[in-house]
Amino acid sequence: MVIPGVQLFFSYFKDLVGREVTVELKNDLAIRGTLHSVDQYLNIKLENTRVVDQDKYPHMVKPNSFFYFFPPSRLSVRNCFIRGSVVRYVQLPPEGVDVELLHDATRREARGG
Amino acid sequence: GVLRGFDQATNIILDESHERVYSTKEGVQQLVLGLYIIRGDNISIVGEIDEELDEKLDLSKLRAHPLKPVIH
Repeated sequence: MVIPGVQLFFSYFKDLVGREVTVELKNDLAIRGTLHSVDQYLNIKLENTRVVDQDKYPHMVKPNSFFYFFPPSRLSVRNCFIRGSVVRYVQLPPEGVDVELLHDATRREARGG
Repeated sequence: GVLRGFDQATNIILDESHERVYSTKEGVQQLVLGLYIIRGDNISIVGEIDEELDEKLDLSKLRAHPLKPVIH
């Protein structure tokens, strides 16, 4: 089944490879990392993974009793694959977003282009 | 566990698998499950474990909130 508009975001995310992103999942977990790749289902692969709000989910944080005092530089999980269907948001740095370009592209898409 | 295979629907084959049950009150409980085929619908994240770092974890001392269920 082809969903209109998904191809647009697939292309958009492909251009963002290499950037730092924060993926917020539908179970409220937020994972930060470097965007390694994306596919047609908007599945996301991240590198140098770390969890936002480590106090609540310390098992994904560096296994060190001092982690409450020092920011974690590494995780038990370094690289991960996130299924597209569980992503709620992909948060990007504002400099990483060309709003004009996206606006034009989505307008074209909505028109049926 | 060890990822033995997968497909486009993200169905996976996981060998030598164990489940880690986290709690805020007591240490991590590990349940050995063995060879599993997991339907892709149920998968949120597949994380690559760094064995070196994972070995350093003292699961009996670890306290954590279990993850919330996914709501679509």
